[in-house]
Amino acid sequence: MTRAHDMGGRFGYGAIRPEGEDEPLWHEPWHDRAMALTLAAGALGQWNIDMSRHARECLSVPDYSTFSYYEKWIAALADLLVETSVLTRDDLTGEGSEGRHALSYSVLTAEKVPAALAKGSPSDRPSFGSLDFAPGQEVRVRPHPENTHVEGGHTRLPAYAAGARGRILRYHGNHVLPDTSAHGLGDQAEPLYAVVFSASELWQMPEHPNDEVVLDLWQSYLEPA
Amino acid sequence: MPHDHHDHDAHPHSLLPSDPALRVKALETILTRKGLVDPAALDAIIDTYENRIGPKNGADVVARAWSDKSFRQELLADATATVRELGYYGRQGEHIVAVENTPETHNMVVCTLCSCYPWPLLGIPPAWYKSDGYRARAVREPRRVLSEFGVVLPEETGVRVWDSTAEVRYLVIPMRPQGSEGMDRAALARLVTRNSMIGTGLAKAPS
Repeated sequence: MTRAHDMGGRFGYGAIRPEGEDEPLWHEPWHDRAMALTLAAGALGQWNIDMSRHARECLSVPDYSTFSYYEKWIAALADLLVETSVLTRDDLTGEGSEGRHALSYSVLTAEKVPAALAKGSPSDRPSFGSLDFAPGQEVRVRPHPENTHVEGGHTRLPAYAAGARGRILRYHGNHVLPDTSAHGLGDQAEPLYAVVFSASELWQMPEHPNDEVVLDLWQSYLEPA
Repeated sequence: MPHDHHDHDAHPHSLLPSDPALRVKALETILTRKGLVDPAALDAIIDTYENRIGPKNGADVVARAWSDKSFRQELLADATATVRELGYYGRQGEHIVAVENTPETHNMVVCTLCSCYPWPLLGIPPAWYKSDGYRARAVREPRRVLSEFGVVLPEETGVRVWDSTAEVRYLVIPMRPQGSEGMDRAALARLVTRNSMIGTGLAKAPS
């Protein structure tokens, strides 16, 4: 995995071009198809959301930085389908086997779409471990924004917050840890907290002394301050 | 995962056509032929987010919060349960937190790592929300970003940017505009823009 996706605070971008509220959701005729194909293939149940984020993050730096948003989705989907052995490389080149797939029994049919989208996949889990921090408590983010379970693996700790001192704002409950879930190592759910940081703690030249940034961080990302 | 060790050329996606429209079509054809995707299901997913789920859901929630004190309190205490009762629940909206703008604090939402967004309340995110520039800049220079949306805050208002790094999705409750006293809920909902619920806009003034 590269860190091309970890964009918070990066320099070098121009002005945002806001769209009107009524602009179309999709700007190319294939965008909606790419979105729907990704959701429908996900419904086969062969990967979780952390694995699909990780697959996008595993695109090469040139691909990640030049692909448009839905191009990233579709490239990562093709990679995931092969990685999870749903498809073979031969399938992608049109030289694969013919006939129905063993997983076709779990295909998402049109009738099942409303229920599938309405169901969602909650990431909270019953809590068994210790709750180390409480709202109001000062904490420090661990100094290295790396996955400590899998070398070079997926993590949801942005580099800009590494080592920063913040304060627990709220406890969100016990949530699946992406650092293990993305790699098939189980949920290993942990307490998840909203942690607030002063902008001046994160940036050398904050725009305003009163500004703050809040991140949702898992307990193992944090240390007592 | 074997995936981690592939070099660029070995990524399976490079075996598909490079033109994105053809690439999507090719993958849909392969999956459909194997019985893994039902093209009618794709149509149903697109129809859901084009016609059924969008910012009008979030606007309904905001209008209720503006006009009903006990609803507002329930929403701020447990947004997931409160919006679920209205039928706003599902994919990318399993855990919702509502944050309220005040004269002291302006809230604004981003996802610097991908593009997390409260789908059941706001639908599919607009292109700018998913852009590299917004993801990079919203956390470091939110006021400059806001000015590009035409929003200039009073000097004494602090900006609190929420980076959606987990599965919690944030809904901004914009300040109720002056002159909206006495308006009914449906009229109030029409003042609530998508951007005002992301925090890159303000609610519209009544005309």
